[in-house]
Amino acid sequence: MTDLSSLPQQEKKPEERTSMMTKFKNRFGLHTARDVVEFIVHAIFFLCGFVAVACVLFISIYLIISGIPAIGKIGVVEFLFGDTWQPSQELYGILPFILTSLAGTAGAILIGVPIGVLTAMFLAKVANNKVAAVIRSAVSLLAGIPSVVYGLVGMMVLVPAIRELFNLPSGASLLAAIVVLAIMILPSIINVAETSLRAVPKEYEEASLALGATHIETIFRVSLPAARSGVATAIVLGIGRAIGEAMAIIMVSGNVANMPGSLFTPVRFLTTAIASEMNYATVGSVWRDALFSIGLVLFLFIMLINVILNVFIKNKKED
Amino acid sequence: MDAILKTEHLNLWYGDNHALKDVNLEMPEHQVTALIGPSGCGKSTFLKTLDRMNDLIPGVRIEGQVIYRDRNIFDPQVDVTWLRRHVGMVFQKPNPFPMSIYDNIAYGPRTHGIRGKKELDQIVEKSLRGAAIWDEVKDRLKKSALSLSGGQQQRICIARALAVEPDVLLMDEATSALDPISTSKIEDLIADLKKSYTIVIVTHNMQQATRVSDRCAFFLHGELVESGETEQIFSVPKDKRTEDYITGRFG
Repeated sequence: MTDLSSLPQQEKKPEERTSMMTKFKNRFGLHTARDVVEFIVHAIFFLCGFVAVACVLFISIYLIISGIPAIGKIGVVEFLFGDTWQPSQELYGILPFILTSLAGTAGAILIGVPIGVLTAMFLAKVANNKVAAVIRSAVSLLAGIPSVVYGLVGMMVLVPAIRELFNLPSGASLLAAIVVLAIMILPSIINVAETSLRAVPKEYEEASLALGATHIETIFRVSLPAARSGVATAIVLGIGRAIGEAMAIIMVSGNVANMPGSLFTPVRFLTTAIASEMNYATVGSVWRDALFSIGLVLFLFIMLINVILNVFIKNKKED
Repeated sequence: MDAILKTEHLNLWYGDNHALKDVNLEMPEHQVTALIGPSGCGKSTFLKTLDRMNDLIPGVRIEGQVIYRDRNIFDPQVDVTWLRRHVGMVFQKPNPFPMSIYDNIAYGPRTHGIRGKKELDQIVEKSLRGAAIWDEVKDRLKKSALSLSGGQQQRICIARALAVEPDVLLMDEATSALDPISTSKIEDLIADLKKSYTIVIVTHNMQQATRVSDRCAFFLHGELVESGETEQIFSVPKDKRTEDYITGRFG
């Protein structure tokens, strides 16, 4: 017994004598040149991965630090629920922007989700391979079009069309923005919904057909409900995309800080308020700080959507 | 013999693969017909042809006739949803929908236009009783069917098939994914169900075939080698190949 207990003590001695460098090498198991290379590459991977985390942290902290002061000066209630945005008269109410962003997103979802989900159902369950391939490549092209191009086409085609159709002085309106957003969110909705519809086990559909249901009844009553968490994910992704979009809608929405009274009101969104005024607001002014506060509000909205999205994805895994 | 379902010169190809070769078989009413044979012999393909589930597979070509109640099911006049409503199917792997037990059973009746709550309640209870699972699930009809055990799920699937009041019930190795106790429950159920339904089962299990079936059909390489009363097939098979198979010399 005494022999055994004395052994570790004897071994400890040489270890204490080793240099810092050797300790470090032993600690990470760096015995050969290959081990060292492995270690360095691991470190590079880790650093690259950390870039994303660092950026998110930096942006969050920056937005909070630069967004809070103006809210403090203006007052939370006046800022969030004030219905007038008039920097020249020191009125900084962003309720029009919040409501416009919500209305624009809701409108885009209302139009985009049925079209997107039906397209996904068609691609996943109905279309033959050739037709599906054509539509799928069109959808990926749609996803690849820069948002400024959506804005341009909207401005040149959609806005005049709305003006003519509804006999308005100007077609630049909430409606134009909703239509552009609805088209822009289609690709993400279609892709995610199609993937989840494809993942529905064939056995469910066979069971439905064997009970005498038609193909279409089966898709609507078995496949779609079975894919519901994926479809919900697709919708939330669409909301995130729509609420964060700026460039395309700044060109078609009229960009006036009105309350979104009707579909034909020229409006300004949370995003477009920041993008259109940042150049004019003097550095250090409450106006400029208020624009950062708008950024913070937008950021909170998107965080909220991400939390909802994570809940859906978690539920899906539990299914 | 009163055959509710029979095939005449039935041939089926998957692309170039001749999977069923001139099959003539009669399945009499209120009897259990068991289809036996080694894997890949065409017995499952034959079963799926009876309610035209093979229509879903691309590249399938079928010749000959399947006569259900004096009607050729391949006749363009025959609505495939009508056929499948009358010729129900239970699959190898229990496949309840990811919905509540109640909604699983009510799925078929609802699809065929029954909306009244009272009527649906009655159908659900009758079907679950018919599949001998009512007592086990009556207190949790709103729970997900996926929360049940495999054997219970399979009886839910049988109840779901019964809910559209079929004439014929096709069962494709319906017990092969189940434990022995669940299997024996379903075998008892089959004996009970044949009073009201005509049943065709595919099975790999010779004992099961002798236990539950009245008639037996032995398939090999897409051919119907022999068919007849189960007792006769297992005691005095006419064909040497049948004898070899049932005595376990191959398969």
